[in-house]
Amino acid sequence: MALTQQDIDQEIAAERAAYGKRIADGAPVEHQPRRDYAPYRSSVLRHPKQPPVAIDVAQDPELVELFSPAFGERDITEIDNDLTRHHRGEPIGERITVSGRLLDRDGRPVRGQLVEIWQANSAGRYAHRREQHDAPLDPNFTGVGRTLTDDSGHYRFTTVQPGPYPWRNHVNAWRPAHIHFSVFGSAFTQRLVTQMYFPNDPLFPYDPILQSVTDDAARQRLIATYDHGLSVPEFSLGYHWDLVLDGPNATWIEEGR
Amino acid sequence: MTKIDTSRPESVLPTPSHTVGPFYGYALPFPGGGDIAPVGHPDTITVQGYVYDGEGNPLPDALVELWGPGPDGRVPTTDGSMRRDPSTGGHLGRNGVQFTGWGRIQTDADGHWYARTLRPGARGRSAPYLSVCVFARGLLVHLFTRIYLPGDRAALAADPLLAGLAEERRDTLIAQDGGDGTYRFDIRLQGEGETVFLEFR
Ligand SMILES: [Fe+3]
Repeated sequence: MALTQQDIDQEIAAERAAYGKRIADGAPVEHQPRRDYAPYRSSVLRHPKQPPVAIDVAQDPELVELFSPAFGERDITEIDNDLTRHHRGEPIGERITVSGRLLDRDGRPVRGQLVEIWQANSAGRYAHRREQHDAPLDPNFTGVGRTLTDDSGHYRFTTVQPGPYPWRNHVNAWRPAHIHFSVFGSAFTQRLVTQMYFPNDPLFPYDPILQSVTDDAARQRLIATYDHGLSVPEFSLGYHWDLVLDGPNATWIEEGR
Repeated sequence: MTKIDTSRPESVLPTPSHTVGPFYGYALPFPGGGDIAPVGHPDTITVQGYVYDGEGNPLPDALVELWGPGPDGRVPTTDGSMRRDPSTGGHLGRNGVQFTGWGRIQTDADGHWYARTLRPGARGRSAPYLSVCVFARGLLVHLFTRIYLPGDRAALAADPLLAGLAEERRDTLIAQDGGDGTYRFDIRLQGEGETVFLEFR
């Protein structure tokens, strides 16, 4: 029998209730989704059943995971962070500026690190060979960008507002508009791949991927803020989105760069 | 909510992870992503394997990142893994001379991946290993694991992580020697022979 939105809604509600009960019983706030989150069907066969083995990094400051790969100016080109300039013509869609800071858990900026993004075009179509959604491709938009954070941890992209798109988790499943982010910290332990959403999207409650973050406050941290100060006159609307990297880093090691 | 107030530690809370999804293929992988070793380096090893799900089916859409020290145990601080051509915007890739220690490989349609890198040296109290970060559709938070190389039994026995694991779980972290500097390392996300995954605290 085909899985309906109502089925998924019930599962999402059950997961939320279970989290509420864990909190009421004194369990810690869950900032991260659980890998085992059945409303997102692809997770069912792809999450480990065994708990992860903990490594206390304080026991060994030499762990290679406490260091990060380096990226530099030669890994990007000047216009990589302007996705509207990667083809001859202008992409279709509402131009946006997305900017924010990359921070660690101590609130310190992560400097000179790589931020990669990818997204659907304004019609909700990825320039990807396996994408089956029949919305139009835009010959002037690939939807891939890269940049390095500056000395205050800032990144900035110019792109177009991505469209929502259907997927096959269940019947009538739609992803809210989002931009995928991949970021590196000052330690490999802080590696993060995530998605940024736009404020007030009516699809939020129906999406099992966003709802996999069952903590309300944590989920809000995935949603950018409209920032009029970032809007560029006669050009684009501005969104602000800061990222805070989880995971330990080598706080006792002098930053070499 | 998404402008983080760094003046109050209690408001500096982590950004949740999300799946890499199915459509990163034209964004994250890059040519030569798994050719980490400088060309012709005598300490080059090949690591290769499959990524499997809980039913033993290979994942055609997993992304594996490798990060390791050089043969002398030193952590590379060199950029240039994904060098670009400033005029065309195309990928030049690594220059074949410098060792960045980091690579990124997408599994192919058979769920297979490979990388050529330098044999990692030992650091601290650990036996030599490559750090691995696995991403995939369906995986809401990436997974860390390690590839230890077989051979030095004493070093493996003394490794703080391996020493704390039951034997059959421990073996999931040790690559199989395929001869001629090649090693096989399969990643099982779930079920029988499930790979040991790590959490850093
Ligand atoms: Fe997407």
